[in-house]
Amino acid sequence: MMTASDDTAAKSAKRSSIDFKTIGPAVALLILCIIGFLLNPAFISEGNLTNLLTRSAFIGIIAVGATFVITAGGIDLSVGSMAAAISGVMIIIMNNAIETMGSGVPTVLLGCGLAIVLGIGAGWVNGTLTTKGKIEAFIVTLGTMGIYRSLVTYFADGGTLSLNFDIRGTYRPVYYDTFLGLPFPVWVFIAVAICGWLLLNRTAFGRYCTAIGSNEAVARYSAINVDRVKTLTYVIQGLCVSFATIIYVPRLGSASASTGVLWELEAIAAVIIGGTVLKGGYGRVGGTILGALILTTIGNILNFTDVISNYLNGTMQGLIIIVAVFLQRSDWKLGKSK
Amino acid sequence: MSVDTTAPAAVIEAVNISKSFGPVPVLFSVSMDVRPGEVHALIGENGAGKSTLMKILSGFHDPTSGQIRLDGKQTDLPPNGGAEKLGVVLIHQELNLAEQMTVEENVFLGRELKSNGFLDKAAMQATVRKYLDEIGLHISPTDRISDLTIAQKQMVEIVKAVSRNARILIMDEPTAVLTEEETQVFFRQVEKLKESGVGIVFVSHKLNEVKEIADRVTILRDGQWIDTRASSDLTPDMMAQMMVGRELSDLYPPMDEADVDAELVLEVQNLCAPSVNNVSFSLRKGEILGFSGLIGSGRTAVFEAICGLAPIEAGTIRLFGRDTGPMTVAEARDLGLAYLTKDRKEKGLLLDKKMRPNLTLFALPKFVRNFGLDSKAEEDALNRAIRRFDVRARDKEITVGKLSGGNQQKLLLAKIMECDPKIVIIDEPTRGIDVGTKQQIYHFIAALAAEGVSVVVISSEMPEIIGICHRVVVMREGHITGVLTGDHINENEIMRYAAGLKREELH
Repeated sequence: MMTASDDTAAKSAKRSSIDFKTIGPAVALLILCIIGFLLNPAFISEGNLTNLLTRSAFIGIIAVGATFVITAGGIDLSVGSMAAAISGVMIIIMNNAIETMGSGVPTVLLGCGLAIVLGIGAGWVNGTLTTKGKIEAFIVTLGTMGIYRSLVTYFADGGTLSLNFDIRGTYRPVYYDTFLGLPFPVWVFIAVAICGWLLLNRTAFGRYCTAIGSNEAVARYSAINVDRVKTLTYVIQGLCVSFATIIYVPRLGSASASTGVLWELEAIAAVIIGGTVLKGGYGRVGGTILGALILTTIGNILNFTDVISNYLNGTMQGLIIIVAVFLQRSDWKLGKSK
Repeated sequence: MSVDTTAPAAVIEAVNISKSFGPVPVLFSVSMDVRPGEVHALIGENGAGKSTLMKILSGFHDPTSGQIRLDGKQTDLPPNGGAEKLGVVLIHQELNLAEQMTVEENVFLGRELKSNGFLDKAAMQATVRKYLDEIGLHISPTDRISDLTIAQKQMVEIVKAVSRNARILIMDEPTAVLTEEETQVFFRQVEKLKESGVGIVFVSHKLNEVKEIADRVTILRDGQWIDTRASSDLTPDMMAQMMVGRELSDLYPPMDEADVDAELVLEVQNLCAPSVNNVSFSLRKGEILGFSGLIGSGRTAVFEAICGLAPIEAGTIRLFGRDTGPMTVAEARDLGLAYLTKDRKEKGLLLDKKMRPNLTLFALPKFVRNFGLDSKAEEDALNRAIRRFDVRARDKEITVGKLSGGNQQKLLLAKIMECDPKIVIIDEPTRGIDVGTKQQIYHFIAALAAEGVSVVVISSEMPEIIGICHRVVVMREGHITGVLTGDHINENEIMRYAAGLKREELH
């Protein structure tokens, strides 16, 4: 039986859990930072914080793309392999371009341009197979994940592809230089985050992604070109992978079969920790950013202390994901009160 | 009242049942009883409380006040179908069979016969065959449910109930999806059940059927008990009158004469699409055109094809005098053609979103300024829509799933009208909503037509088609079987075309 007072109680419980959803990841990150500081005050040194932000840029940028895919009800498991494959092709092309173009900026730009084209193309393949091919996204991207991964192994002939030393000199600043005190990757991260947030929250496209993830039939009956919007989410994902790859390659100057391993899981984890609903219909770019920061911070703290072995990084990340999703269950307060 | 005093004692009796959902009362002190071997029809408009009463009688809902007596003793029926053990079985309108399993497996689902720990298939099949023979159903216990017709599936549900020693069988619109012949077969089987002493509660909107099969009739209106009478004392007209409780003219707006010289806005020639066969018709400016027919006769399919929601196989569509090829939904919208689905929960509204994104979703390009969404324009649109369509929500921030059916329907109407269509197709405009909202929607449709908008109303509710349409197209099995105007628009005529008893040679 439902009385008026029950009704209000239910409503206020709902309110507070929605609030919790929004601020939850921020609170979690803050707590992690405090723990990090208590364990080792060097945690908040400028060097460490910059390092932390730079490290989170890769997963963060990919996760912004994943937010679109997941919000529209899809999933992309291929991003880690895609990053590896794009790195590999970039390195091969840049190395081969030295003879004709030299080892200056034009060669690097060629590599970056190629990365963007490849990312968009790979995303388009994932999207088109999912929508026009009517194959489940999980299956499609599981397939392309294997394909991209084996391609990079094949290109590297089982070993490592290394970027020519001269180009490395030209390309190096993209990862290592700073602008206004922040490393370049962090600026790319910030730019991607702002664009992603605007796109998801302030444009018709973002609204369409949410609508499709919420109920695809309603979207179709509401004059939304569902196939096109869904394909575009994969293209955005591919583009984000390109950006992440472009700032990743100068870091090590090489690519191998182990490049980008498990990035897809970290990206999806960042999205989910941030409050986006895995089955779609509700997405938060801001949360995703926090999610990526949380994941990197855990690794960073473990590096800094001896309390927990660094080898347990995966365990800690796994626990955080499960706890985050548990806390986000919209009915957990109601469930308790009954 | 002509209640027979020599009648046998009731098996189940609902006494002064009231029911509220939250603050909303649905039933007011309703009483009803069912005797062994009778067919007791329960009639009333949508929203009159029939489903609620059925669910209370079968234990799916608890009454807020009042009692259920089984064999004269007050009983709290166990919830969620547990009442089956007491012999009270509700057969839902959307049948509850496992499609991929066989007839025998379905009948014995959850209480399989076993010998030595293994399933005793032979014994179960023999039992099911006996029941099937008794009821006169010519299917095999090993047939798969997915291979049966709807009528046969319904009979399997009944066999399932009978095999559980049902004494009371409550059926929610069992004939809604049956053809004329199937209905007759069904009635013969109902007669057999009666002879074996089963009491049957039967809900139907087809009053002629009620007259034919029921022994007694209980009429509900707006949650109130109106009367219980022997059906021999009633005519279908009297039943309708008692259901509605007022002159139908109150419910329906006054009709403007259709302007037969108005320009043609939509001409469809020889349209073929999935479940649509060679359909041709035209629509004039300011006209309200009804599409009637049985469920599954292809009415919805015609307009889903025209509006780009289903592929077109053949035929031409002329919109405002110009040929259009197959259109996408967005192209149809931009040309002024909009389709409002009958399935508001699955295809119409995002139930987990608030009203604003729902309202503007269909016409969203209109709200784009400098590549971004203009949230102020959206908010203004919501305020306008709430006023214009009288959407009543406690709170503008409420998720749409929490609105009542009537308010959801008004919001859906507002959503479609947000793009200012010149032709609007409204599929089942008043499904599952209360009488007051119905009346508002009818008046709204009439006002639209008076403004020069052309409206197509697809409806399974005959009175509504008769009450608001200038012209009525009747469909059967994907074909148009007749087009009615003026005095020819009446229940009898429509039914004869819908049932295939009569057919116009068109062209």
